[in-house]
Amino acid sequence: MKPAPFAYKKVRSLDEAVALLGEKEAKVLAGGQSLIATLNMRLSSPSLLIDINGLDGLSGISEKGGAVEVGALARHAQAERSDVIAKHAPLIARALPHIGHPAIRNRGTLGGSIAFADPAAELPACLLALDGEVDATGPKGKRTIKAQDFFRGLFETALAPQEVLTAIRVPAADKGARVGFAELARRHGDYAIVGLAASARADGKGLSNVRLAYFGVGNTPVRAKKAEAALASGNIEAAVAALDLDPNDDVQATARLKKHLAGVLLRRVAKQLLEAGS
Amino acid sequence: MNSYALDIALTVNGERVSERVDARKTLVDFLREDLALTGSHVGCEHGVCGACTVRVDGEIVRGCLMLAVQCDGATVDTIEGMSDSGEIADLQTAFEQRNALQCGYCTPGMLAAAQDLLKRGAIPSRDDIREHLSGNYCRCTGYHAIVDAVEAVAQARAKGR
Repeated sequence: MKPAPFAYKKVRSLDEAVALLGEKEAKVLAGGQSLIATLNMRLSSPSLLIDINGLDGLSGISEKGGAVEVGALARHAQAERSDVIAKHAPLIARALPHIGHPAIRNRGTLGGSIAFADPAAELPACLLALDGEVDATGPKGKRTIKAQDFFRGLFETALAPQEVLTAIRVPAADKGARVGFAELARRHGDYAIVGLAASARADGKGLSNVRLAYFGVGNTPVRAKKAEAALASGNIEAAVAALDLDPNDDVQATARLKKHLAGVLLRRVAKQLLEAGS
Repeated sequence: MNSYALDIALTVNGERVSERVDARKTLVDFLREDLALTGSHVGCEHGVCGACTVRVDGEIVRGCLMLAVQCDGATVDTIEGMSDSGEIADLQTAFEQRNALQCGYCTPGMLAAAQDLLKRGAIPSRDDIREHLSGNYCRCTGYHAIVDAVEAVAQARAKGR
């Protein structure tokens, strides 16, 4: 229950971080609220930790050009207090209180949660539900990756070994935007047994562009596309019946229970989506 | 160059401290083993139990989920500092009077988290208190007495203002 030895370097520039990532078994340290736990338990034993916490310009949360941009080092607690998040990214605002506990949220970063890509974590599902994107910088420069292309497998993302996530971006919510969020966890702050992040557009009395992103039901956040189509036609029970999820048993619940809970969550979230001003 | 051990200088409970520490040493182990501040407890070592809760630059953190080397230049407050300064004397008294501790293992973290909530100034609801302490596990008292103690101090402090 103590980390294996590693070297540590607090970098002064992004270029320095990218260069050091060329070393074998190097890892980026941001908030550390998942990484240091895995080090303590020796689930991970990097040779070098590259601490990016001293880098300037990565902590901002801003709205411009119809998008909300969150720098890689913005902390969960900072986002909870942010007027920009409250006003323009209501889905993320709803998800944040479910993440860990106050002491965890003081350190943990939104970018780190996305880059770590825990399949039971809230923010990767939010990013997918919002059709968001990720900025990354590597030896060849900067590129942008869509959420749907970013989450590749269990704790696996599209980031190349030498790439650092620098920001995440989601469309700013406007008048017609609807969001919904719910999760079931045994204790507050635990990783969810099953969770659901959703976005849609108000369309008359119904919905369009419904995006349902489940977490805790697969190796990545998973869209329930058949249920999305059914929900857009306004029938909640048809949407529940159309849920085409394929979870595995895990330590928290059987696959059968998870599928049942996914339906429970869909009914709750559908109500949120259909309520005006959600 | 990259190093397995680094020199750090920080302020702990108001005193300047300079030490050479292994990069892999967590903040709570540094406090306990290098500075003999054993009030912060080591429970689960993966951020779940809250027994290692300390303040870094005024904000509560998990002492097991920060490295000591990350605290170079920081201001750290442990239960010893909060206790000696008198900052949480009323909370400590309330915990004692209401039997909000038995074995005491969780108590330093519980007090640090409770003080973090109370220093915001408003009187929190019982739900707010439970939510704020949800990351601190107590295996003895069943939490009711802890919530009672924190609530009583919140009300007393509001009256005193």
